[in-house]
Amino acid sequence: MSAPARVEMRGITKRFGPVVALQSVDFSVQPGEVVGLVGDNGAGKSTLMKILTGVYRPDAGEIRFEGRQVHFSSPLDSRRLGIEMVYQDLGLAENLDTVANLFLGRELTRPVWLWRLLDEPAMERRAAEHLEALRVELPSLRLAVERLSGGQRQAVAIARATAFAAKLVIMDEPTASLAVAEAGKVLELIRRLRDQGVSVVLISHRLQDVLDVSDRVMVLNRGRVAGVLPGHSARMEDVVALIVGGAA
Amino acid sequence: MVGRAAPGLGWDRVRAALARMDLLLVVLLMIAVLTALQPQFFLTRENLTNVARQIASNAVLALGQLLVVVTAGIDLSVGSVMGLCMTVLALATKAGWPALASLAAAVALGAGVGAANGLALTRLHLPHPFIATLATLNVARGATYLLSGGVPISGLSPEVRWLGSADLTVFPGTPLATAIPISFLVVVALYGAGTVFLRRTPTGRHLYALGGNPRAAQYAGIDTARLLVLVYVLCGALAGVAGVLLAGRVNSAYPTAGIGAELDSIAAVIIGGASFFGGRGTPGGVFLGAVIMGLLRNGLNLMNVSVFWQQVFIGLIILLAVYVDVLRRRAAQLES
Ligand SMILES: Nc1ncnc2c1ncn2[C@@H]1O[C@H](COP(=O)(O)OP(=O)(O)OP(=O)(O)O)[C@@H](O)[C@H]1O
Ligand SMILES: [Mg+2]
Repeated sequence: MSAPARVEMRGITKRFGPVVALQSVDFSVQPGEVVGLVGDNGAGKSTLMKILTGVYRPDAGEIRFEGRQVHFSSPLDSRRLGIEMVYQDLGLAENLDTVANLFLGRELTRPVWLWRLLDEPAMERRAAEHLEALRVELPSLRLAVERLSGGQRQAVAIARATAFAAKLVIMDEPTASLAVAEAGKVLELIRRLRDQGVSVVLISHRLQDVLDVSDRVMVLNRGRVAGVLPGHSARMEDVVALIVGGAA
Repeated sequence: MVGRAAPGLGWDRVRAALARMDLLLVVLLMIAVLTALQPQFFLTRENLTNVARQIASNAVLALGQLLVVVTAGIDLSVGSVMGLCMTVLALATKAGWPALASLAAAVALGAGVGAANGLALTRLHLPHPFIATLATLNVARGATYLLSGGVPISGLSPEVRWLGSADLTVFPGTPLATAIPISFLVVVALYGAGTVFLRRTPTGRHLYALGGNPRAAQYAGIDTARLLVLVYVLCGALAGVAGVLLAGRVNSAYPTAGIGAELDSIAAVIIGGASFFGGRGTPGGVFLGAVIMGLLRNGLNLMNVSVFWQQVFIGLIILLAVYVDVLRRRAAQLES
C-alpha cells in the first residue's frame, strides 16, 4: 500500500458563464513531488490551482487532501491544511509593508487587557529570519510593497507562501518578472522545498525551467488534460506538441 | 540587507509622520493667523472651548467615514442618519424612556442603518456604496420628517445635554482653569479607540489590506463581506453618537439637522490625508482635518465672513489638501 497522494483532484469542471475553463480534469501531487503544470494562455492552469486553494469552487469534481475529501469555501480553509499559493498577480496589498503582507490573515498578536493587538516586533523578527533563510534581500521590511521592484515583490509573495510550514506550495509564474539569476534562486528554492518533503506545483511558460525541476509535467490544453510526462526525461518537443496540439 | 531598518523608522513611517506634521503645521499656522487677525477674540479660552464643542459632531462623523473610506467605500448617509438618530433620541426622551435606553436606541438605530448599507453592498451586490448610501440618505431623511412631523423637538434629557454641552473644568480655581467640553473628550476617546482599532488590531490591518487590494484580502482568506458590513455598522453607530452630541449641544432635535454633514465629514477625511482609492488614512490625520475645518469656520465667523463665503473657502481647502497630497506622492515617486 502506498501512502495517499498529498492532493488528488478528480473530474474537476469549471465554467465561467459560457466559457468552459476546465473539463473533467484529474490532477494529483505526491508528498515531496514537484509537478510542472504547463499549457497555453487561457488553458486553465490558474483556474485549476485557484480551485485547489478555495478561491473558486468547482462546478463538478472532488478534491482529496491526504486521502480525505475536502471542500474549500475560502483560501483560509486550504491554508489551514498547509496549501499555499503564489498567485500570478502576486496578491499583495501594495499599500502595506512586507511584514504585514507576510502575515496577512494570520497576524501574530499579544493580549493587552481584553484585546489581542498586533505583535509587530515578533512579526518583524520572524519575517527577517524567514527572508534571511530564503536569501531574499530587501531595502527595508517596513517599506510599502508598492515601493519595491517587481522582482522584490515576487520574492515577498514567494516568502509568504513558504513562511508557514506549508505541505503544498503552488507557484503560478513565480519567475515571470525575474532576471536569470533570481529565477535560478527560485528553482533552487523549489528543490529545497522538495527535499524537505514539501510538494510543489510549478506553473510556468519557461518550459526549460519546468523540465529541469519537475518530477512530472502535466499539460493542459483548452481546459483538458492533454498529457502527463515524466519531468526529467521528457523532451521539449513532446511538451510543446501537447501544448499546441489539437489546434487544427 | 534584510531587516536593517529599526521598527518604526522605515521611510514610509517617516514620510507618514511628516505628512501628519504638515497638517499640524497648517493647524499652527491657522492659529497664528487667527490670533494675529483677532487678538482679543480668537485665543480666548471661551472661544477655543467653543471651537472644540462645535467640531465634535463632524469629528465623530469623520471617524466613521474614515473607516469606510479606508475600504475604498463612501457613506453618503451619515448626515441623514445623524438627523434621524437625533429625532428618535428626542422622541424616546419625550416618551419617558430612561436616558440610557434612549441613547442606546439612537446609536443602535445608526448601527442598523449602517448594517442595511453594508448588506446592500455585500448581499444585494449593488455596484458601489455610493448607491446604497444615497438610498439610505433619502430614506433616513424622509423618516426623520415623518417621525418629527417636520418640526423641531426640544427638551432632551439632562444626560444628553451634559454630553453635548457640559464642560469639565481642569485646574479649577487656578489661573490655568480651562473648560474642556465633555463632547470633545468623547471625541478624543473615540479617536483613541479608532487608532488602536485601525493600527493595532488584525481586523484594522485587514481593512487596509481590503482597501489596498481586495484580491489580496480574499487570497489571504479574509472574510471581506463581513468586514464591509462591520465598517458600515460602525460608521452608522458613530453617526448616532454624533447625533447625540449635536442634540445635546443645541438641546433640540430639528428635522433638518445634518443636511450636508456627510460632505463635511468627507472633507475632513480628505483634508486629513486619506485616499479615496482606499487603503490610506489615519485617525490622527482625520482629526486634524476636522480641526482645520473647525478653525476655518470659527475664524471666518469671527471676521464676519458670510456662510456663503465660508463654503467657498472650505471648497478651496479641499482642493488644496488633495493637491498637496498629489504633489507629495509625485515627489515620493520621483525619489524611488
Ligand atoms: N474570473 C474569471 N471570470 C471569467 N472567466 C475566467 C475567469 N478566470 C479565468 N477565466 C477564463 O478561464 C479560462 C482559463 O483561464 P486561466 O487563467 O486559468 O488560464 P491560464 O492557463 O492560467 O492562462 P495564463 O497562462 O495566461 O495565465 C480563460 O478562458 C479565461 O478567460
Ligand atoms: Mg494563469
